[in-house]
Amino acid sequence: MLSVRNLSVSLGPETAPVDIVSDVSFGIRKREILGLVGESGCGKSITSLAVMGLLPQPGPRIRTGRITLAGADVTQLQPWQRVEAGHGHIAMIFQEPMTSLNPVRRVGDQIAEAVRVHDGIRGAAALARARELLDMVRIPDAALQLSAYPHQLSGGQRQRIIIAIALACRPQVLIADEPTTALDVTIQIQILGLLRELCNRLEMSILFITHDMGVIAQLADRVAVMYAGRIVETAAVDDLFGYPGHHYTRGLMDCMPARNLGVRRLPTIPGQAPQPGTIAAGCAFAPRCEAVREVCRVAPPPRLRVSEEHEALCAFPLNGGRPA
Amino acid sequence: MSRANIATWLAPFFARPIALAGLCVLVAMVVAAIFAPSLAPYDPYAIHPMIRLMPPDAAHWFGTDQYGRDTLSRAIYSARMALLIGSGVVFFALITGIPVGVFSALFPRLGHVLMRMVDVLMAFPSLLLALGLIVILGPSAANSILAIGAGYMTTTTRIIYGLTLRLRAETYVEASRSMGSGTIWLVVKHILPNLISPLLVQASFVFAFAQLGAASLDFLGLGAPPDIPSWGNMLAESRTFITRAPWLLTFPGMMIVLTAFSLNLVGDALRDRLDPRFRQVFGGEG
Amino acid sequence: MWSFAVKRTGTTAVTLLAASVIIFAFIHVVPGDPIYVLLGDTATSDQIDALRHQLGLDQPIIVQYLHWAGQALAGNLGRSIFFQAPVLSVIADGAETSTLLALITIVWVALIGVPIGMVAAVRHGTWLDQGLSGAAMLMASVPTFWVGLYLILIFAATLGWLPSSGYPSIFDGGLGNLRYLLLPSLTLAAPNAALILRLTRASMLDVSREDYVRTARAKGIRPWQVVRRHILRNALLTVVSAFGFTFAALLSEAVVTETVFALPGIGRLVVQSILRRDYPVIQGVILVIVVIYLVTNLIVDLSYRFLDPRVELQ
Repeated sequence: MLSVRNLSVSLGPETAPVDIVSDVSFGIRKREILGLVGESGCGKSITSLAVMGLLPQPGPRIRTGRITLAGADVTQLQPWQRVEAGHGHIAMIFQEPMTSLNPVRRVGDQIAEAVRVHDGIRGAAALARARELLDMVRIPDAALQLSAYPHQLSGGQRQRIIIAIALACRPQVLIADEPTTALDVTIQIQILGLLRELCNRLEMSILFITHDMGVIAQLADRVAVMYAGRIVETAAVDDLFGYPGHHYTRGLMDCMPARNLGVRRLPTIPGQAPQPGTIAAGCAFAPRCEAVREVCRVAPPPRLRVSEEHEALCAFPLNGGRPA
Repeated sequence: MSRANIATWLAPFFARPIALAGLCVLVAMVVAAIFAPSLAPYDPYAIHPMIRLMPPDAAHWFGTDQYGRDTLSRAIYSARMALLIGSGVVFFALITGIPVGVFSALFPRLGHVLMRMVDVLMAFPSLLLALGLIVILGPSAANSILAIGAGYMTTTTRIIYGLTLRLRAETYVEASRSMGSGTIWLVVKHILPNLISPLLVQASFVFAFAQLGAASLDFLGLGAPPDIPSWGNMLAESRTFITRAPWLLTFPGMMIVLTAFSLNLVGDALRDRLDPRFRQVFGGEG
Repeated sequence: MWSFAVKRTGTTAVTLLAASVIIFAFIHVVPGDPIYVLLGDTATSDQIDALRHQLGLDQPIIVQYLHWAGQALAGNLGRSIFFQAPVLSVIADGAETSTLLALITIVWVALIGVPIGMVAAVRHGTWLDQGLSGAAMLMASVPTFWVGLYLILIFAATLGWLPSSGYPSIFDGGLGNLRYLLLPSLTLAAPNAALILRLTRASMLDVSREDYVRTARAKGIRPWQVVRRHILRNALLTVVSAFGFTFAALLSEAVVTETVFALPGIGRLVVQSILRRDYPVIQGVILVIVVIYLVTNLIVDLSYRFLDPRVELQ
């Protein structure tokens, strides 16, 4: 459904670009939920914005790579250009529901606006469809809420509205950039459940971005781990948790509170992630890796196969590894 | 100031060449003001009735006025007045704005009262306030400083108030306070140093608009006495002769524009270097 | 919403009260005996006695203030020394000119500043944007009276297309007389349009960075529709409130512009009164202008409510 190949996003002048996302490749099948996980600043949000065509201008730009949606190349196209070309069936929901809706327009209008673009209907028909969408996202009293202003709704409700707007685009792929991070845990569970249900019902694929391994464990089918702008591991969720290939992934899981019940001090990965542009030759994780060897600091790591559909960007992955 | 500090201050100017040009113009102006007696080709007060109202030529680059005085020399000497008024206004605005703004932010109850008083002053449009003060104090260059300064005192105070409030909310200030530091210490060690950059930006803009205000007062005859060279005075005198001697209108005006524009450019460049939190207080321009 | 309106009006009233105290004090702070300040040097002893009695200058200052304030509310702002007529009527004579000048200027400022600011914002980062922003900064650095004098030189003295001074009323000579206000209004408009341009641009750029604009773009609507439906409305809120402040700047700067163009308005009245030491008029004009300024700001603030549905929660 969605294929990203060798995507690199860079900042800075044309003559000396600095990559903040480097050679990222992944794919998502129909009805599949791919979790993109990594710490803050690893480039996952930028990747998602690039896939969506929403990189801020002026700002970071796609240097190389290809993004294919249902077979069509949409790499440098912004959302409105994709719609014009007939490839607009991708939508995104964001992290901050409190600020993601226009405060001076009614909620129903904002959903209807998306409906008008994607379904070509206007007026009452568009509002009727907006109501349908509100029902789909489980907002009670849909008719009433259509005429509400965003500030009259709670965070969880606003996020549902944003999901409704995304659904109006009849997306084949939904990108969810940390949609529950800013919400209460109880609401979080509801929203995650809603996303899973919509994924099944509407045969939608989801690219789910988060830094929370626990959410990944619950929701994702497959996982891609990002570090310093690179994908360091991809695997099915059970494989990833069962026998991680990359040392960073191993480190992340060791830090999970759920795995450290009863421990007084949570383990951490020593050091800090490198800033873009400061990565020396060799593996980006080398300075912090506990299994590092000399060759890691010098040569860029190869992409090795750990098992069926399980790859790690490491010269010496855990659990064996053959060339991909 | 260490070399690193100077480098960071100058960086925004190298990023934007036009701002650098503005900075150079300002430096040139300061030099001209200081070395006016050496730079001006003629005595700005000397009257030569034989060469009145001569257009610009090799001997008189800016031409002469109705008394035969060399326009270029008067323009150069006027830079002194411009600098004097500008510095005076900035100084006045800061000397009143800093204590009032900082203490209003640190002591909310007192601050409430003081800020309301500032609000009342802001009910008077700035030029009108200046005129009123000139009436009370009498027209002179020194009083121009007070009159124009009063207008900028209010905006500067508000800006400092806003900045200090933000700084106060910084955790390290809270932490310092909880350790029992006295207020004066707090102000000197934590608040004032952080105010330097935004105040430098504010100073640039105030200096720029003070030029326009002073020129207006001089033009109306309510500022510096007419024989003292200032661009506003020169423009006031040019009024009767604008058709016969348009150069009398052009050059002093251009000097004012050049000065104010350069100051605005410098202020803009400095503001871009500011911490984004502070930029908001100025109505940052993306 | 009503409680907001009441609170806001209350604040204005208090500010006006405080300002009026300062304006009242004006006469007493000016050098010289208040009696001569009010009557001029040529006052007769009869007039002096009458005024002394009327003002009750032996009374405590608070009573004098209350007396003055009461009189002001009733419309009696004193008597002009120069015109020997009530101050209010002297001011009213200049009202037509100044009001029309201000209105025409505001129209120029809105028509020039806002659209160009929008263009600069939409074409952010391009040469066009940099050029427009630079030009705006340049315009804001120019003294108004210089622009005025230059316009006179070019259009009146050299080309002879437009008059250079004076203003016969439109009630006497018809709407054609508005051409007397063309150059003055352009003069006044120039720096203010520049400031509004920069403000509009900045406001639009700020709004375009908001999350909800990103949401709008994600929907796939075209860029100019994003601007029209999402950015404009929110950005203009800031700009509208700036117009209140701009109006005050206009009232101030009109003083100089009216002098340059010899327009029979309130601004020129102030300057002439200062030179003639006609203190009652000076005091009266300041009071009138402050009232207008405060009321204008109040109206702008209240109209905010209709533009921004969030305000009602305050």
